[in-house]
Amino acid sequence: MAMSQRATAILATRLIALIATLIAAVVMASSHEKGSIFGAISYEAKYSDTPAFKYFVIANVVVTIYGFLVLFLPSESQLWRLVLVFDLVLTMLLVSSISAALAIAQVGKKGNSHAGWLPVCNQIPKYCSQTTAALVAGFVGLVVYFLLVCYSIHRDLDPFLVRKN
Amino acid sequence: MGEEEVGQKRQKAVVLVLRAAAFLATAAATIVMALNKETRTFVVATVGTTPVTASITAKFQQTPANVFFVIANAMASNHNLMMIGSDLLGLDYRGFKLPLVAILDMLNAALLSAGVHGAAFMAQLAKNGNSHARWNEICDKFQGYCNRGGIAILASYVGLLVTLGITVVSIVKLLKPKPQPQPLASEIEVP
Repeated sequence: MAMSQRATAILATRLIALIATLIAAVVMASSHEKGSIFGAISYEAKYSDTPAFKYFVIANVVVTIYGFLVLFLPSESQLWRLVLVFDLVLTMLLVSSISAALAIAQVGKKGNSHAGWLPVCNQIPKYCSQTTAALVAGFVGLVVYFLLVCYSIHRDLDPFLVRKN
Repeated sequence: MGEEEVGQKRQKAVVLVLRAAAFLATAAATIVMALNKETRTFVVATVGTTPVTASITAKFQQTPANVFFVIANAMASNHNLMMIGSDLLGLDYRGFKLPLVAILDMLNAALLSAGVHGAAFMAQLAKNGNSHARWNEICDKFQGYCNRGGIAILASYVGLLVTLGITVVSIVKLLKPKPQPQPLASEIEVP
């Protein structure tokens, strides 16, 4: 692959990751729905009800801003090694945010009979499906960032000793 | 050169100590969470004068996030044990070991991070409840279960930090220039 083709491919991959994390943050932050328990008590479900979803939104916002700034880095700069470190750290941040949000979303969908927690997705189905979509987008962003980390290690650290010098 | 060898030996010792610390932390987290169980008997009703009691058990298997926590920490401690073993036995696959160790360390760091954060947020939910979803807190009734869970999560966080340090060291090792095999003095032919 020629150098410019490779650079374009990497740029496109970073763009996909940026869009995925942006979608995850926006969809999760904009999900709210009014529901009612037993038809009497009405409440509004927002993403800020749970710290796990807040953490998910914050993590994806941080990664989106970082992804946007990295797009402007010229490809000959020496800072790409620092970008590798940041990619690694932010991939772990994304993993932790998805794990946390998924744990709480699983309780919301299935409930936990041992703790007396009832599932709430029946009263707020639109909120639940929007949260699921945000989680899927976050997962896609995570996979793309993981591939970017693997590629950065292959290019900068030469793990398979391809270069002769 | 003696200096280089001393530096290399010191780096090996540092990595060994870090790996032992990570192994101990993640193994402690696994064991404490896996043995986390508490049974309480509550009075649910009174029939006449005799109270009717029901005993409720809180186990770690009831929460999928805690199950994932136990599995993730078990895999991470197993990985660290294998790495300590291979370091002590001196197994070396002529250059392929370095990237393999770095990639495995990164994967373990990500796995540990996921496990500990899922369990931490579930523990926050158990401690504070969620008034919007009408989920009551359960830590006021099962204090021992919650305390032990908290200790396990803390130990796993310590293991995660140490694993991050180990990952940094493994990646830095990849950055060093690889020693090219030098021809022996007897092999160099003078034309």
